[in-house]
Amino acid sequence: MFYREAGDFSTTYSQDSQTFPIKFDRYRYYVVMAVAFLVVPFLINDYWANAVMLPFLIYAIAAIGLNILTGYCGQVSLGTGGFMAVGAYACYKLMTAMPDVNIFFHVILAGGITAIVGVLFGLPSLRIKGFYLAVATLAAQFFLVWLFNRVPWFYNYSASGQISSPERTVFGIPVTGANTDAWATYLFCLVFCAGSAIIARNLTRGSLGRTWMAIRDMDIAAEIIGVNPLRAKLTAFALSSFFVGVSGALFFSVYLGAVEVGEVFGINKSFLVLFMVIIGGLGSIFGSFAGAAFLVLLPVLLKLVGVDMLGWATDIVAHIQLVVVGLLIVVFLIMEPHGLAQLWRLAKEKLRLWPFPH
Amino acid sequence: MKKRLATIALGAVMAAGPAMADLVMPLLSYRTGPYAANGIPFADGMTDYFTLLNERDGGIGGVPVRVLECETGYNTEKGVECYESTKGEGALVYQPLSTGITYQLIPKGTADGVPIHSMGYGRTSAKNGKVFSHIFNYPANYWDGASIAINHILDVNGGDIKGKKIALVYHNSAYGKEPIRTLEELAKIHGYEFSALPVDHPGQEQKSQWLQIRRERPDYVLMWGWGVMNQVAIQEAANIRFPMENFIGIWWSGSENDVLPVGDGAHGYKALALANPGAAYPIYDDLKTHVYDAGKSAGAGDQTGTVLYNRGMYAALLAAEAVKKAQEIHGEADITPAMMRDGMEALSLSEEDMAALGLPDFGPAFTVTCDNHGGGGLGKVQQWDAKAKTWSVITDWIESDKSVIDQLVAEDSAAYASENNIEERCN
Repeated sequence: MFYREAGDFSTTYSQDSQTFPIKFDRYRYYVVMAVAFLVVPFLINDYWANAVMLPFLIYAIAAIGLNILTGYCGQVSLGTGGFMAVGAYACYKLMTAMPDVNIFFHVILAGGITAIVGVLFGLPSLRIKGFYLAVATLAAQFFLVWLFNRVPWFYNYSASGQISSPERTVFGIPVTGANTDAWATYLFCLVFCAGSAIIARNLTRGSLGRTWMAIRDMDIAAEIIGVNPLRAKLTAFALSSFFVGVSGALFFSVYLGAVEVGEVFGINKSFLVLFMVIIGGLGSIFGSFAGAAFLVLLPVLLKLVGVDMLGWATDIVAHIQLVVVGLLIVVFLIMEPHGLAQLWRLAKEKLRLWPFPH
Repeated sequence: MKKRLATIALGAVMAAGPAMADLVMPLLSYRTGPYAANGIPFADGMTDYFTLLNERDGGIGGVPVRVLECETGYNTEKGVECYESTKGEGALVYQPLSTGITYQLIPKGTADGVPIHSMGYGRTSAKNGKVFSHIFNYPANYWDGASIAINHILDVNGGDIKGKKIALVYHNSAYGKEPIRTLEELAKIHGYEFSALPVDHPGQEQKSQWLQIRRERPDYVLMWGWGVMNQVAIQEAANIRFPMENFIGIWWSGSENDVLPVGDGAHGYKALALANPGAAYPIYDDLKTHVYDAGKSAGAGDQTGTVLYNRGMYAALLAAEAVKKAQEIHGEADITPAMMRDGMEALSLSEEDMAALGLPDFGPAFTVTCDNHGGGGLGKVQQWDAKAKTWSVITDWIESDKSVIDQLVAEDSAAYASENNIEERCN
């Protein structure tokens, strides 16, 4: 009825190629952004920021990063945790070495450093594919964690090997350290998250994204029609690692505040982000958000229902969490292998024909 | 949102009746994951002690204790979630039983004004109350532990360990790395050769470390392990026939769970003790009448009298005594976290106090002051008897070498203070 192109005329090329061609979608997007930027900061408290919104936003950035590499370019990576660690440690070294520079730039620089590291570990992808590449990135994961544990320079020779983020401000308002307000950390992460999503969305719609998808769908055919695999794969690794690095930097500096590399950026993190991408939907920016929301919110929701409302023992609820999340992953993969994004896509298709489906 | 609705509903109920006061004790436990074997007895011991106080005495100073349990799985992210979800309920003191989570909570707790008690773990330099206003780690810390172990080795060797080789097998994390600096400093003084062997989380794979020990033949091996790592290390030591009486674990590597799976091979293994093991204390009679027989024991109720159950009980006891102190100082029964902090800072326990609480000859006598949040730094050595399946304490209280440790504490806390622009208190 209202969800269709009819009557919405494009009179310029830029209108014709915009992200949301349907008017309803466009307004919905504006409303979501307005709520996220203008309404949520006034309502948020410490619990909602630290237990729900920050992990959701930060994991969404990581999932966007991995989605570029795995979903769009078809290169399976199990090194996400390691690359997040690079972002975190780069951010820490920059924060402590240059305390006068704004944390905003540190986070971006940390992403840049991770991009360089990502390209280095992406070089083998030119020769190896599929499972073998997964194993190579797994090696990156273990090597990077080992490196940050082994070399004291990375943690400024602290006795415990932990890195902890000192207080840094943006426009005079602290966003890292102990004395932060919930709305400030939320907005800081939201800016990065929204920025990453917009950049990633537009990259994947452009020529770069098309070369990635060509490589993903059939690399030999792509090469024959003139796609340079070296350039396509390495840019995918670089951009993917950039976003993953930004998320690692935020994860350490804003969300946790103190990090121990083996515990926080271990192989589990790589799998978690990979699950987010698979459940959310490979090759979809919306899917990255949906997957992150699913895996961040579901445990919290189960805990609230089980412990706080039903009064069950905490260990029972923790076990049920594992069972339920595992079961849902299996169910999703069977019922909808293309993830939550596909459900969303189907819903939109249905809505377009409503109320007269054929 | 649901939580908030529930809170509002609860608030409405409470507003209708007379104001109900309670003392909220958050319990960040881990009954799942690779460290659950050690997390369960500790959590049970803590909960049972508070249940006892509620059942026998009607709480502390007439105010009932409400234990808020939250499962962390030894995971820092869940620890943060637990902290945020319990903070709003008026939590008096946090005892995370995880060095990683403690590091996370040190700045947060200080900013929110909630004290943190990391009993025998956490950041060692938090002993310096001048810098760490809200963090306490009495009665002893890791560096005390390292020094106590070395002092025990000195005792055994008649005071001379020059040229001996001492190896440290440690959990490759903030927790395991803590004692290295102290052991290196002590090596300079006593002239032993020190080597450190890291074991990665969770610690099931230690073949290469023990191969190295077999090759280098150290005279003594110290261990900073936790969870499944302990059992594996003791098993590997038994496999290479390392003399068990020369293998000494920190107090977190000396529970029944760690030695029982190894069977006879673990006979003679030593570990430090923060407090005595066993159930031969008057308090257990009270626990039996008021808690176990009343069917109110926490968890499965099968952990009583184990080392970590006793330690959990001890942690709860120290918290309860600090509450009493705070009530005494402020003349108010329903205390706030700020009052709790004052109570913890003024805590003093003598042998007689412990005996009056039903635990004679159990934990050390110590006093907390404004500039010393770490207590006296005393520990004992206990040894495992695989035939009788009991731990027996083989030494009296051993004191740590304060001349070395105080220097290290001052250095590390000064570094923290300058990083975070903290001014010294207590002057």
